[in-house]
Formats: sequence, C-alpha cells, structure tokens
Amino acid sequence: MLRDITIGQYFPGKSVLHRLDPRVKIVLTLAFIVMLFIASNPIGLLVGILFLVLTYGISRIPPIMILKSLKPVLPIILFTSILNMFFIEGTPLFQWWILKITLEGVTTAIVMSIRILCLIAGTSLLTYTTSPIALTDGIERLCSPLNRLKLPVHELAMMMTIALRFIPTLIEETDKIMSAQKARGADLETGGLMQRAKALIPILIPLFVSAFRRADELAVAMECRCYRGGEGRTRMKQLKIQMYDIWCSVFVGLCIAAVIFINLFAPVVLHM
Amino acid sequence: MIAIKTEDLTYVYSAGTPFEKTAIDHINLEIEQGEFVGVIGHTGSGKSTLIQHFNGLLKPTSGRILINGVDLWAKETKIRDYRFKVGLVFQYPEYQLFEETVYKDIAFGPANMGLSPAEIDERVREAAEFVGLKPHHMQKSPFELSGGQKRRVAIAGVLAMNPEILVLDEPTAGLDPKGRDRILGQIKQYHKARGTTILLVSHSMEDIARYAHKVLVLNHSGVAMYDDVAAVFSRDKEIIQMGLSVPQITRIFSRLRDRGYPVSESVYTMDYAKQELLSLLSGKEG
Amino acid sequence: MPNIISAEKVRFGYQKENNEFNLVLKDISLEIPQGQFLAVLGHNGSGKSTFAKHLNAILLPQGGTVTVCGLNTADEDKLYDIRQQVGMVFQNPDNQIVATIVEEDVAFGPENMGVEPSEIRTRVDEALKDVGMDEYKTHAPHQLSGGQKQRIAIAGIIAMRPRCIVLDEPTAMLDPRGRSEVISTVKRLNSELGITVVLITHYMEEAAQCDRVVVMNDGEVLLDDTPRRVFSHVEQLKSVGLDVPQATELCWQLRKNGFDLPDDILTEDECVEAISALLEAKK
Repeated sequence: MLRDITIGQYFPGKSVLHRLDPRVKIVLTLAFIVMLFIASNPIGLLVGILFLVLTYGISRIPPIMILKSLKPVLPIILFTSILNMFFIEGTPLFQWWILKITLEGVTTAIVMSIRILCLIAGTSLLTYTTSPIALTDGIERLCSPLNRLKLPVHELAMMMTIALRFIPTLIEETDKIMSAQKARGADLETGGLMQRAKALIPILIPLFVSAFRRADELAVAMECRCYRGGEGRTRMKQLKIQMYDIWCSVFVGLCIAAVIFINLFAPVVLHM
Repeated sequence: MIAIKTEDLTYVYSAGTPFEKTAIDHINLEIEQGEFVGVIGHTGSGKSTLIQHFNGLLKPTSGRILINGVDLWAKETKIRDYRFKVGLVFQYPEYQLFEETVYKDIAFGPANMGLSPAEIDERVREAAEFVGLKPHHMQKSPFELSGGQKRRVAIAGVLAMNPEILVLDEPTAGLDPKGRDRILGQIKQYHKARGTTILLVSHSMEDIARYAHKVLVLNHSGVAMYDDVAAVFSRDKEIIQMGLSVPQITRIFSRLRDRGYPVSESVYTMDYAKQELLSLLSGKEG
Repeated sequence: MPNIISAEKVRFGYQKENNEFNLVLKDISLEIPQGQFLAVLGHNGSGKSTFAKHLNAILLPQGGTVTVCGLNTADEDKLYDIRQQVGMVFQNPDNQIVATIVEEDVAFGPENMGVEPSEIRTRVDEALKDVGMDEYKTHAPHQLSGGQKQRIAIAGIIAMRPRCIVLDEPTAMLDPRGRSEVISTVKRLNSELGITVVLITHYMEEAAQCDRVVVMNDGEVLLDDTPRRVFSHVEQLKSVGLDVPQATELCWQLRKNGFDLPDDILTEDECVEAISALLEAKK
C-alpha cells in the first residue's frame, strides 16, 4: 500500500548529532565532502572512514540503515569502477584481447568507490539526524544573505515546508482515488505502456483537482493567520550555537587538518 | 440466499512491521440477499477495511469471503468481475470524478465492463434518473455542479454498473439535512425498485433507524451485533458503552420506560414514536 | 456588553457564467456582542459561509459595512489587526495546517504577527493546553484524528489571542467523537476565556447549545433568537431544509394532534418531563 511509505529519512533520536544546530550540521557535512575530495591518499581516506564510524556510533543510527542508503548508488559505483579499471593506462595486471586491467586502474577504482560510499553515508547521516523541518530551517537561515540579491529565500523555504506537510496527505489521497477507480473497474495492472498511461488519467485528474482545491483553501487559511511573506516575521524556535556545536566544528577542522597533513607528508602512493 | 458470507475474515495492515495493526479480526457474517443493512461503529472499528473486502479491493490476510456462495480469492474467480457485482461508493465520492462530462463519468464503470454503446447509454440514463439528474446536466462538466449534485453523479457512476450488492460508505457526510434526505431517499427507492442488497455505513443513528432493516455493529475489529434495527437499538446501554449512540427518540422512550410507563422498547423512528404515544394517550382517555 | 462585530446591510454577490448576477447576501444586518456564543444555521448555499468570510475581511462587502472591534473591514491598513482579532477555522482540518509539527503550526500565526520568540513559546504552550492537545505538541499532524487536527487548528487561532473565533462548519467532516471534542473545546474557550464564538453549522444539536441562533436562508436572516425560541418554529425550519432535535419534533407532533405541551422543548430531559406530565394527567 502507498501509505506504508515513510517520508524523509529522519530517524528520531537524542544524540549530540541530533541536537546540533542544523546550520552547523549542513556546513560540517559540506566540510566533510571537501575533506573526502582533498584526501589524495588512502591514509587520508582512512580518516574519513574513521570519522564516519565515530559519528554513526554517536548518532546510534542502526548500521543497517547505512547499507539501505548505499544500495541505490551501488550500480553507479560498479559502473565507474569498471570504467576506471579498464581505461586507466599503467602497469598491466591482466590482459585479454584488447581488454587490459592496470594496477593504477584498480587502485583508482577502489579509492573512488570508497570516496563515493563515504560521501553518501555522510550526507545520509545529515538527513537521518535532522528532521525535514529543521533542515529546511537551516537552509533558509544559511541562505538568508541571498535575500539581498532578491532571491525569495523565505518563500522557497515555505514552499518546501508545505510540500513536506502535504506529501503524506496527498499519498493517502492517491491511495483513496486509486481504490475508488478500481471499484469502478479501472484496470491499472494490465495492458501495454500506452494503455497503462491512459489508465492513469482517472487518477491524476482527481488528484490535481484536489491538490488545487487544497492549495486554495490553505492560502485562505494562511491569510487568516496574518501571513504576509517573510517580512517582519519572527520564529518561535531560535537557533543558537551551543558549546557542542563549537566542539564539533573544531573536531571536523582537526580532521581536515589531519588529511592535509597526511597529503603533504605521508608517502604519495597514488596519483589521481 | 446468502449474498455476502465471511468466514474468519482477518486483515492485518503493515504485517511484519512495527506498525502492524489488525483491522478486522475473525469476522463471521452472513448477509441475506435483498437486505438493507446499516453498518455502525466508531472510527477505527474496522468498517472501512471490512467493506473493501466485499469487492476484492483488499485481500484477506486469513479467512474467506464468499459472494453469492463463491470464494472471491479462489483460483478460478476473476476478481475484477466482483468490482461490478459489488458496487462500492467511497466516502466523499465526488473527489473521484474526472471526465469532461457528467455523462462520460457515469459511463466509466459500464465501459470498463465492456458493454456495448447502446447498453452503456441505457445504464447511464437509468442511473442518472435514479439520483435525480436532469438531461441538461449530462453534457455539463462534473466540476461545474454543486457539491450535492457532484455526490449524486458519483453515486450514479456506481449504480450504472448494476451491482447486485451496493455498499455506501457515509454517502451523506458533509451534506446538509436536505441533501442528506434526498440521497438517502433515492437509495431507498433504488433498493425498492431493484431489490439490491444494500449496506449503508453511517454515523447517524437517526438515518440508520429510518432506512435500514438490519444493523451491523462493529467494535474492536469484530462484529458486536447483527440484528434487526429494533433489536439492536433496544440494547441501547451496550451501544452507548461502545462509544456509539442510539437515536434521541430511542433514548427518550427508554427513559419513559424506566419511569414505568408502558411504552414499547423498540421505538426508533419519529413516526412510530408518535403512533405509540398517541395510542397510549387516547387509550387512557377512552 | 459592547458589540464586537456589527454588520450593516451587507450585500455580496457574484457574476455567474451565464452573466446572471447571483446575490448571495441580501442586506444582512447583525450585531454580535462581546462574549456571545452564536450559531449560524442554514442549508448549503444559504450564504452562511460567505457571511462568515466577511467577518475577518477575507471578503469585503459590495454594499454596507462590517465593523470589527471598531475597525471597518474595508480599511486595508487595518487588515492584519482585524485578522488578529477575528480568527477563523475552516471545515477541512487538513487544509489549514501549515507545518509538519503540531507546535510549529500553532506558532505560525504569532510568528506572522512578529511576536517575540519567548512570548510565542508561552502562547503556543497555553493554546495547546486550552484545546487539550499539549501532549501531542511534537507529533506530525497527519498522525492525528480529524477531531484532534481541528483542535490544533483552533489552537493555532487562539495563539494569536483573538477576541472572536469564527468556525465555518468545523465539524462537517468529523465523526461523532471528533464532533463532540471540537464543540466542547469551543464551548470551554467561550466560557473560560470569554472568547466570542460564531459557529457556522448545519447540525441543529450544536446550535441548540449556543446562546443565540441565527437562521439564514437565501441570503437573508430568517430567524434570530435564543435556540429555544428558534427551534419552536418547527415548520418554518423544515421548510428551509433544516432539522430540529427529535425531542422538539416529538412534542411538536403531539401538539399538532391537540395535546397540551410547552412549545419550547429543546432537550431530551425537557421532553421526557413534558411527556411524563402528559401521561400522568391522563391517568
């Protein structure tokens, strides 16, 4: 059933990572990504892996969740690994007809795969430990300087919040409309591509009509609650940088410093 | 003949997840053909889940469901045929309208049945007549109509399939008294004319008392009562304990009886209440 | 008591597709005193919802004036003052909740008004307590029942500290349990916080619990009196497509048959007493 789908990947908890200011968390996630890409050395990547092990441990997100978030990117990783293995020139390890696997190719493939996996695991951790609303809030406040460039930051954030709010409602509605049309004999499961596309019309039209009606009613309800855009608006929840926000930032800074240090002084094994 | 029979019908939502919930639990039920049954039970008692089994929209987790004696989920039955045999009108059915014209929308079901254009035309006109839609409505867009009219178009869309069993889930929700009486009156008329078995889900005990012959009371995912209207409403104390109510008129008579007046214990409609009191009052006079 | 809302000869209509002009409100005049619990009854299309939307300047009268707390609703500069004073709750609870967390939604109004963050916190907590939903403050709205959602919507309004709440068929989409939750919440807000309530409905049981009932029909005020007096006009109510409580109807039926019963029976208790008295007299 459609309504079994959960929205967002938020995994409620009370760890330090959950309590971090969303702005800090977003910035630190970006810093982590930078760290992964400046690590030109397997030892540097090891720092990234250790960092992930530590943060997942603190967040108490079940490790099975990491596998879940990695599953969708596996085909991409496999594909790029194969390309890397066969097309990077260097010392051949294995040769058959015109296919050739090189040592450099294999190492690049491994390093790249680890990098992408770390990247996905790291960004997933952000969405696992931050509720969608906090995330939107963080993005809105981080982007607020863009207001001066006449970018409608508040409006975009409001749209995101409303979308998050209405996704479960519309999923439930789709479920209902599908049942109602099936009860009138609509056949959604068989037939060719064209037939199936046509069979969606009785679902999509009522869904759109209802979405517009809801939007209309919501707009009036928001007006009744004095909504007039972002100007002059206050927020109940003030974001405040706490001590642990600072400590976490310092820690990430140290990790990046370590990676740079390793880059400079550890023996360079690879060229990428 | 038995129109609907269930044997230990059980349905579990989200089985195997932390959200697992048994919506209906070992339901055994036999509904005679041609019956007009009112279905009551508070939200979460399993009403919606139960009725979605009658036309095969939901597949039982365990147990069986038989329509006219045939197991819906036996290998050889084609489940889609039962969508037409058992017409199901959902809550707020006007939200499922989608065609350009009222006519085409009502024709959606019959067209899915694969009927000939002539047959479809006949069915659409008959169904429209039952719900009181005029010929000039037929070429209008359903979205131009008033709320009550849209609701009647949606009901006609199910009637046009000529179902042997008609299930309506709160067909009058959100309507005013006039719109409510109109739709229920039309359903009653349809029942009389066609002899269709009807199941009417409603929160209004007054409506159930006025239109149904039998009442099915669901509570805690199971059948609490299934009996004649009079018999069910005479067990008013049990019903109130389930968080449901009985018609106000029934409560008034129950209290009069408690005070020792010789009034019948199965008063549930206004007409009957009036007759009962009038005969009592004039009898004493004479 | 001073009037919180006064409508004077309010006229409103719109152009239909066939160019006919459809007059929805025909010179309606109505005064609502501070602290009153008023029900507006009427069938669909009687103009009751259109009238409600005039009370906080969602719609503006095409003729006549609406004055709210001394402010003319046509005064654009005072728009947000008016909307803060007169809050509005609608029929579909799903379509008026903005945020994904209950307390964030209740905070929405005060946030728009630019209230201080610490003050918003206090107001949100109080509002949620007032509607009996404080234990749900971190829930997601879509996990709640219809009655609970509607109470959240009410909390979102009272967090704006209005003097009046207009509820436009707030119970039409709810089951009986949700309906009584909402009505008892609204009654408490009226009696304990002194908030003026305008309840638009077509359920006569709800109207029977109010201080005053206005019956609208075809854009006009048909009856305007206490529930007791209004429901004594059984025939007139039926003629405009409305119901009366069964207790009232039963006594009316008996009176029509020549029995002597009071004509202002409203509740079950009164009905039982009156009929008992009648049966005693005949003994």
